[in-house]
Amino acid sequence: MSIASISKSGPFTHAPNSVQNTMFTVLLALVPATVFNLYLFGWPAILLFTITVVACVAVEAACLALADRPVVATLSDYSAVLTGWLLAMSLPPWAPWWTGVLGAILAIALAKHAFGGIGQNVFNPAMVARVALLVSFPVVMTAWVLPHPLLSSKAPGLNQSLSITLGGNVPDSVSAASALGYVKTELSRGIPVSESLKEFSRDSALTHMPDMMDLAWGYKAGSLGETSTVLILIGGILLLMRRIISWHIPIAMLGSLFVMGSLFNYVDPARFAPGLFQVITGATFLGAFFIATDYVTSPVSKKGQLIFGIGCGVLTWLIRTFAGYPEGVAFAVLLMNGLTPIIDQYTRPRAFGRNSKGEPLQLKEKP
Amino acid sequence: MKLFPVRGGIHPDYRKEQTSEKAIVALPMPPLLFIPLQQHVGAPAQLLVSAGELVKKGQMIALCQGTISASQHAPTSGRIAEIAEVAAPHPSGLPQTTIIIEPDGKDEWADLPEPIADPFAADPQVIRDRVAQAGIVGMGGAVFPAAVKLNLGTQYKIETLLVNGAECEPYVTCDDRVMREYADEVIDGARIVARVMGAPKVVVGIERNKPQAIDAMTKAAAAFAEVEVVGVPALYPMGYAHELILAITGRETPAGKRTAEVGVVAYNVCTVRAVHQAVRFGRPLISRVVTVSGGAIREPKNVLAPIGTRIADLVEFCGGFATRPESIVNGGPMMGEPLPTLEAPVVKGTAGILALTAEEINSRPASPCIRCGNCVTICPCGLSPVEISAFVRKDNFEGAAKMGVMDCVSCGSCAWVCPSHIPLVHYFNYAKGMLNDLERERRKNERVKTLAEARIIRLEKAAEAKRAALAARKPSPENTPSGNGSEAATATTEEKVNA
Repeated sequence: MSIASISKSGPFTHAPNSVQNTMFTVLLALVPATVFNLYLFGWPAILLFTITVVACVAVEAACLALADRPVVATLSDYSAVLTGWLLAMSLPPWAPWWTGVLGAILAIALAKHAFGGIGQNVFNPAMVARVALLVSFPVVMTAWVLPHPLLSSKAPGLNQSLSITLGGNVPDSVSAASALGYVKTELSRGIPVSESLKEFSRDSALTHMPDMMDLAWGYKAGSLGETSTVLILIGGILLLMRRIISWHIPIAMLGSLFVMGSLFNYVDPARFAPGLFQVITGATFLGAFFIATDYVTSPVSKKGQLIFGIGCGVLTWLIRTFAGYPEGVAFAVLLMNGLTPIIDQYTRPRAFGRNSKGEPLQLKEKP
Repeated sequence: MKLFPVRGGIHPDYRKEQTSEKAIVALPMPPLLFIPLQQHVGAPAQLLVSAGELVKKGQMIALCQGTISASQHAPTSGRIAEIAEVAAPHPSGLPQTTIIIEPDGKDEWADLPEPIADPFAADPQVIRDRVAQAGIVGMGGAVFPAAVKLNLGTQYKIETLLVNGAECEPYVTCDDRVMREYADEVIDGARIVARVMGAPKVVVGIERNKPQAIDAMTKAAAAFAEVEVVGVPALYPMGYAHELILAITGRETPAGKRTAEVGVVAYNVCTVRAVHQAVRFGRPLISRVVTVSGGAIREPKNVLAPIGTRIADLVEFCGGFATRPESIVNGGPMMGEPLPTLEAPVVKGTAGILALTAEEINSRPASPCIRCGNCVTICPCGLSPVEISAFVRKDNFEGAAKMGVMDCVSCGSCAWVCPSHIPLVHYFNYAKGMLNDLERERRKNERVKTLAEARIIRLEKAAEAKRAALAARKPSPENTPSGNGSEAATATTEEKVNA
């Protein structure tokens, strides 16, 4: 007996949703932060963004063709566009073109199609690419630049932008440290965190770092799409309202990172940055709302998602605080991706009429 | 009344407005009626009539046989045209033995049994017999013989009779209309059933998207202290008895047990109304209200149709098809089954006939699972459809069973919510069928093994006995081997004969 030999079962109605719809909504939610960041970092960022997305779609098409799968039908689920988009958002804005292309191959061919294509990958493709690039090319992947808004006097022209993105000729004068990187470097030079944090204030005479409000709005150095906490939050709220994601992973991740930061900052403010600083810097919000919530690589049950989110938050804090890297979101998410099958196994819901071990409920004695 | 939380559930587009404001209309007597011998769970009824015979309305034409079965009655007066094999209202469309009646147009009643004057003073057994005689089955879709269910009261202590008026399936409004138009009859029937069961309390559960039904039933119940009408959230599948019982009483029926074991029995509103008619008027179950709806039906209606009405006649009464339907569904769109032919008849369990357009069905080719987890969140049974379907796809039925596929009630919520449009119910039905086959096979093998082992022991014993007898009679060693061999051969032949 084959499955096709029994007549089609119901239901004869369906929710008005589809994979395509879901992916499209996520792309839509990314638009505010992306547009702002493309404006902030100018033409080189626009070029890199375009190259990365196109490369991802091209690699996806090639992999599908090699695997004899329907190319156009599968491409139209927008999943490759989304992977490319998220990968571009996690690259330094003025990084050379080949980071986008190599990243696309790592993300789509290695992290996704080698595992069997959409829905089969264990690790988040964009984060696999980002981490592989970071480990392989640490200098290129941490070459942050100060904001150079389009149409401003500082902004590079199209020709210079082509030279930056295609030729890798980034002028030395524009380089900047990310907030997390700055604090970490200063600490390694013996300057307490509490002192270096004073730089993030308008009152500081020495200031060359954005103040806390600028940090939140995103007027700062950082990856191509991660800088604006506020705009990413707007996209995240859209996803929550459209029920594409639930609150469990973002809140658990942000909450645990905040709690770890605040707790240790209270114990020793000289060594540990405060919780709020942890939450509004780096890729925290992008990670919490758009990367850790990736369906394929996160647990399916709500309980599992809470555990997953807490794991992401705590690991992010641990890596930022004790590891060599100033930023830890990508590593944290990948580590928790690896735990997802186990989390799923231990957080299955209780079946109706059964206890958590799967045995039928015992009848209570009648009164 | 305080309600208890239930797990999961979905909010499908109910689309009940197509028929909810349309009063029940009676179908003019069709030219032919087709009464299948089996319209219920259990054994088919035994034929009592033959071709050419004249029957009166309400006359028993097939008698229930065995413990679980239900009788059939003539829905009108007329002549038995033929006993033939006719397509059943089942996805297979396989034929089954059917009595074809040609109505004479007089609609003359047979001599009905006397009404039971005071059912609340009568012996419960008298009422059970009457319900059995009226051929009543569960009209909410389970089609379990109602009289057999009434016996639960003798085995268990029933505290609450739950009248299931949730009607959570989209489109279907027959229960809604019956509650609005015949509230008194429903309440009376419910009280009679409660009395037979020995249940001190009656609760009517109605989804809150039927406020008029709740009003009508509350009014009808006002005179009776033991009856309570409760509005429950419109959350599919609230009409699944275990779910409704959990929501109203907070009692969770253990897996593999009956609801009676937690002191609650659920009856559909149309079923208790049929009990009312059988007890108060002696009328058997010969007609029912069917919702004919869907985007492809020109004039959706709630039709009071005689049992045995050809579905084609019913559709024609509702103006026929406005557009070509993509699917004809027997029941609601969530749990209903596809109808392969319009030649099949309306039976006692037919609550709805839907002719749905492609837009309404919104079916797309399935794409790979993206593990969104929606199915896990909404599963009212607390299962993990994403994991079960992964096992089924690999034909790993034991794995699927371990993940609880047999606990699945096929409510369809997971398939409804799946963004990849994976036909999960289809997967699970397939797995259930295969697991049932495997279980049958396992039992058969076990039985064969037991028999084979018993046979070996028997043979050895027989051989032993003969050897002993032989040894006692003629203790010469050289005779033993040949004698032994021939006797074993004889035993084998005997076994074969016995087998």
